[in-house]
Amino acid sequence: MRQMIIIGSGPAGYTAAIYAARAELEPLLIASSVEAGGELMNTTEVENFPGFPEGIMGPDLMDKMRLQAERFGTEVVYDDVTEVDLTGNVKRVTLGSGTVHEALSVVVTTGSAYRKLGIADEDRLSGYGVSWCATCDGAFFRKRIVAVVGGGDSAMEEATFLTRFADKVYVLHRRDTLRASKIMQQRAFDNPKIEFLWNSEVAAIHGEELVTGITVRDTVTGAEREVELTGLFIAVGNDPRVHLFHGQLDLTEEGTLAVEGRSSRTNLPGVFAAGDVIDPTYRQAVTAAASGTVAALDAEHFLASLPGEVLRPAIGHVEPGSAPVSGSTVDTDGELVGQN
Amino acid sequence: MSNLKQVTDATFAQDVLASDKPVLVDFWAEWCAPCRAVGPVLEQIASENGDKIEIVKLNVDENPETAAKYHITSIPAMKVYRGGEVVKSVIGAKPKQALEHELAAFLA
Repeated sequence: MRQMIIIGSGPAGYTAAIYAARAELEPLLIASSVEAGGELMNTTEVENFPGFPEGIMGPDLMDKMRLQAERFGTEVVYDDVTEVDLTGNVKRVTLGSGTVHEALSVVVTTGSAYRKLGIADEDRLSGYGVSWCATCDGAFFRKRIVAVVGGGDSAMEEATFLTRFADKVYVLHRRDTLRASKIMQQRAFDNPKIEFLWNSEVAAIHGEELVTGITVRDTVTGAEREVELTGLFIAVGNDPRVHLFHGQLDLTEEGTLAVEGRSSRTNLPGVFAAGDVIDPTYRQAVTAAASGTVAALDAEHFLASLPGEVLRPAIGHVEPGSAPVSGSTVDTDGELVGQN
Repeated sequence: MSNLKQVTDATFAQDVLASDKPVLVDFWAEWCAPCRAVGPVLEQIASENGDKIEIVKLNVDENPETAAKYHITSIPAMKVYRGGEVVKSVIGAKPKQALEHELAAFLA
């Protein structure tokens, strides 16, 4: 048994791990097998994370956060949580491999998942022109016409990135103003390859084997028209990833995990939540990181309040072989070296 | 670097289409983060099921002809070929258990 398990490996998870490890809580961080590093792994330049005046690539930032967490003794496991039992004093977290880890506290930082448009043929043509990841798939659309659906920072970033390859990028947005930050908006407005289709939504996606076009509906007049294109990138927001916790953790009306006031405390003692999974509003790398700090401090406070006989069995009881040895990514010179 | 065999535009017919065994081709690129994430998962599946399925990699930047022929517009894309035909397509990085479930017919 351990003192703390952290589920998730985005900015919230790794920041919680940095604080918890420095508090000698010996956290085990379940990073996921193929989504380790979270949403920033699929971004390019991150320009709004303080401390990087020249910007930093999303995957590089996440790699640095992981190394910083490991430097202080966080153990990172690349597996997926399939089941949790958080109701008792001892929390149980089951992984895809079948391994069950136990801990006195759990920090949930599962983030959010891409939202779909929810229209016909979206799933069928997914991977055949419909995409959620411009950095992964943009290069397949050299000299083509594509569209991005959405009005936030992600949509602006994707549209701007896609102009490296595509001849033309439409941005479809349901309203006539954008949610995106002014600097991202301006960059898109200034780009001659980007054309905004305001008050517009996708009514249908066309194509047999590959996307050939979409029907665009005017959200004000209801008028429909056809637009020929071969790529449709969807950036209409995210939904909190809460499916593991149904029936155990309370949700808000927005569907995020419910926490008490400005704390990270969920309805279950010893269970804390941080990052996008509790945040329907801001959803930034920096706010997620800050939220991870709150969760680590709340969990530390909770563990300190436990009677000695409850806490003692969890201290120093990492399970050898179940994860890399603590601090294994720092060599004898104190140099950080990659785990992979 | 992956220890899985790399196939190319030049070797695709021989290595994949003419194979006796089912062959899973992982269409990938250096700049694709989810491709890097799913790579080790495929290596594991390959080492555990070497007798049933061969798993190979095709770099889409270096082999655009094959990528275009099979309508690759999203990576990672994993396609299983049997008797020269695509019999299964999986798009996007998935955990090991999910991939094994998708590929169950070829791993049994």
